[in-house]
Amino acid sequence: MKLALWTYEGPPHIGAMRVVNSMQNAHYVLHAPQGDTYADLLFTMIERQNHRPPVTYTTFQARDLGSDTANLFVESVLDAAERFKPDVMFVGESCTAELIQDQPGSLALGIEGLDVPVVPLEHPAYSRKENYGASEALYAVVRAVLKDDVIPDQRTPSVNLIGPSSLGFRCRDDIKEVMALLQSIGVQTNAVVPLNATLADIKSLPQATANVCLYSEVGRTTCDWLKRQFKQPVIDVVPIGVTATREFVKAVAEAVGVDATAALQNHASRLPWYSRSIDSNYLTGKRVFIFADATHAIAAARVASEELGFEVVGLGTYSREFGREVRAAAESYGIEALITDDYLEVEDAVKSTEPELVLGTQMERHMAKRLGIACCVISAPFHVEDVPARYSPQMGYEGANVIFDSWVHPLMMGLEEHLLGMFTDDFEFSDAAPSHLGSHASYASDSPTGDAITPQQVTPGNIDAVANAAASQTNTAQTDTSQIKTEADGLQGNDSLWTVDAERELKKIPFFVRGKAKRNTERYAGQFGLQTITLETLYDAKAHYSGS
Amino acid sequence: MTMPVASVAKCKTPAAEHKTAEAKHKTIDIVQERGQREVFCGLTGIVWLHRRMQDAFFLVVGSRTCAHLLQSAAGVMIFAEPRFGTAILDDRDLSGSADFNDELERIVNDLVVRRPEIKTLFLVGSCPSEVIKLDLEKAAERLNKIHPLRVLSFSGSGIETTFTQGEDNCLKALIADMVQGSPAGDDDVAFSRPCELLVLGTVADVVEDQFTRLLQAMGINSVAFLPTRSASRLPLIDQNTKVVLVQPFVGESLRELTRHGLQHIQTVFPFGAEGTLRWLKAIADAFDIDSQHFDRVVEAPLSRARTAMKKVAEPLQGRRVSFFPDSQLEIPMARFLYEECGMQPVEIGVPFFDRQCIGAELDLLPDNIRFVEGQHVDEQLARLHQDQPDLTVCGMGLGNPLEAQGLATKWSIELVFSPIHGFEQAADLAALFVKPLKRRQLLKVPA
Ligand code: SF4
Ligand code: SF4
Repeated sequence: MKLALWTYEGPPHIGAMRVVNSMQNAHYVLHAPQGDTYADLLFTMIERQNHRPPVTYTTFQARDLGSDTANLFVESVLDAAERFKPDVMFVGESCTAELIQDQPGSLALGIEGLDVPVVPLEHPAYSRKENYGASEALYAVVRAVLKDDVIPDQRTPSVNLIGPSSLGFRCRDDIKEVMALLQSIGVQTNAVVPLNATLADIKSLPQATANVCLYSEVGRTTCDWLKRQFKQPVIDVVPIGVTATREFVKAVAEAVGVDATAALQNHASRLPWYSRSIDSNYLTGKRVFIFADATHAIAAARVASEELGFEVVGLGTYSREFGREVRAAAESYGIEALITDDYLEVEDAVKSTEPELVLGTQMERHMAKRLGIACCVISAPFHVEDVPARYSPQMGYEGANVIFDSWVHPLMMGLEEHLLGMFTDDFEFSDAAPSHLGSHASYASDSPTGDAITPQQVTPGNIDAVANAAASQTNTAQTDTSQIKTEADGLQGNDSLWTVDAERELKKIPFFVRGKAKRNTERYAGQFGLQTITLETLYDAKAHYSGS
Repeated sequence: MTMPVASVAKCKTPAAEHKTAEAKHKTIDIVQERGQREVFCGLTGIVWLHRRMQDAFFLVVGSRTCAHLLQSAAGVMIFAEPRFGTAILDDRDLSGSADFNDELERIVNDLVVRRPEIKTLFLVGSCPSEVIKLDLEKAAERLNKIHPLRVLSFSGSGIETTFTQGEDNCLKALIADMVQGSPAGDDDVAFSRPCELLVLGTVADVVEDQFTRLLQAMGINSVAFLPTRSASRLPLIDQNTKVVLVQPFVGESLRELTRHGLQHIQTVFPFGAEGTLRWLKAIADAFDIDSQHFDRVVEAPLSRARTAMKKVAEPLQGRRVSFFPDSQLEIPMARFLYEECGMQPVEIGVPFFDRQCIGAELDLLPDNIRFVEGQHVDEQLARLHQDQPDLTVCGMGLGNPLEAQGLATKWSIELVFSPIHGFEQAADLAALFVKPLKRRQLLKVPA
């Protein structure tokens, strides 16, 4: 038994649903109670899908238990086959049905006269989660379609893109971008699975020279099987960021046997120049905390560090299946990876690393908002606003442009930052409403006694109110020094060390670096065994740590 | 072909499903349908109950699906650490290698440390916990002995409850506690001695305040609302307490109360100007309040509501509306839209008919309506496309697909998530239904 407040992943049947919903003319009969139909809204609301997901739920009730739940399942399969006439029928069960052991797989396979290929799905609902369910569902259908096929004599110089799915982050635009990229080096895309795939697409998979594993969470198991079965090499490079995109082009060219030298000479991304332009100087060393699925977490860390010049202060994932890869990546940044599906643990890690930017899921968006830290969503699970109307891939050169814009936008602009630093007394530069970021950076009080602004009060509608409250609070704090420490700052630390003078000086440091200054000064005091922090200590510490 | 799952039977509603000495209502034809239901389970109620009762925590004993449902239904507001969570069962719990009570105790211990302000803990049963027969009532009793907080239990499972029935079960658990008469030791009138009137069902805080003011002006001074804003401050009741419903989905709680001798004031629900007027009038009559005095009290808000309704509801006149089964609010909403906004209901789907709760509303509806109990969602969608109503009230999973097919929709979940009761909200309620129609007129981009 484990307590969960918010979860990063749903149960495995949700993953299976993502795969079935991705495909064309597939259907899924799910043995499940009525409440489980909530899953429809994930597709129709978050992705604004204009049709219901192709799922029939048996919606058995207590009164059916022990009598005819198995029968109900069989009837639902027959009804769905007749009504929707799918090319392929997935059958499975949710957590509750797993307990009543009707074995929907064998039931469906045993239905006489059912004129549609059946793919039974069995995933342990009490030990595995959504991505596993997606990965297994894709593997199951690919295997079912191809298990008796042999290695083709001839292959077309092309690749398959494996892994993009409904409710995957920006998959819709990523495949368009990657296909265009492949085309630019004369490589055809043989098939994309599961997003928009037909059974014929799956049937054609062995025709391609190689498989591109775009999202390991969904595609890895299938790629590995195709490799064993059809000797198709797997291209693992995920083309997120300029360097990775170039490596991707190289890897594909090699695998397929085309010459990409010309294409590699002009990379069509603005990121490298934007990142080198003097305006971007202020991005140097920005502290960034990353928590996402493994694919996006690893890719984001590399882009952040190598292409934007950020400092990666935290890196983690909820995809335990790929914990090893994320650990290895974290090590290369000299930090320890956080592998967990407990968002409270993530929140603690965010607090303690004091990042200036959080890259994460919708969960991180909310915690960052609460903590007043800039944030950008880079991975599932996401909400409706992360399915933009405009074209906004993460992959390829255009993806790099999108990333530059969307990660840099929430941060403070360079010269603005200096002005804030120089004229800290300007009444309009209140802590709560700095610059163009307005509502974003309302450093809501985070102290245990910080009852002036509690997280509960921060809802989209009243963010301004909160910001104002924070502003007025700051003003009081400036006249009444005794209040400065706990309420206005809302930063953790040992406040009893600070003299009034030093505190007042600390307040003059712009809020977005104040935390760091405070932390360093206290560390310095600790290191040298100082009992109080005076104005002098503050500047001693500054000198001590400068350049580090 | 006839679909095997859709066993459609036409039948009269059971005349006296619940034996009470209450008013006889007219009989209507109800089509009973069986097939795929597209309705949330009772766990969903936690999403508003945990906001209403600020010192309570709801611990679902269930699966990852239950946790995911809660977060998807509530998904939109994750600003605060929620006062609900799911104790997710795993293989060890199922195989019996972990002791259920020990595990639960461990989780509750952690919770108590983390959230010391929690005064009442609800253990909420789910499909998995019920299928493997975990006894949450016993577990609650045990925990009650160990912890200073009060532990109660109820079922929100999808095999036993639909969407709003979770609240009904939750209130029943509170009522069981109330009838045992644990005194709250409070100065508040409603809490120091048995209240005169108990209003049953969740309403927005602002609505509670408005009703309280009106009822007090009428002369009913000790009024209590259940659920209360604080789960540890429960009102006292006795046989002289009268009970009135403010939500149509709390029938079991009502019967629990009438079993203990409370008198049910049967009436319509306070939606719209007329609905609110009838509701208040029924209460006034039950308390023998002088009718001139009553008129004086309601005069100003009533005329405000009527004027506002006139301004807002006009675009609904003569439009046809259908309902998918969802929150049990279908019948009261149909009555409001028919009587006060001039709409014609075509089909009204309801998860289940509880005559004791909605009988007075049914009496006010015309005869040419198709009533459907239960659901076969595919069949219902087929009928909807035949009917082509001007507005369809449905759950969130169906909204966008129907809009894409050219049908205007209103999400029914808004009806439980927004203040819609009472005089001051009458026009807001109408506006909820006007908006989708207005928007379609406004938009000049091609569909
Ligand atoms: S229907 Fe049952 S299993 Fe599904 S979310 Fe509701 S209680 Fe949990
Ligand atoms: S604020 Fe949060 S819950 Fe609301 S839409 Fe955005 S991501 Fe979703």
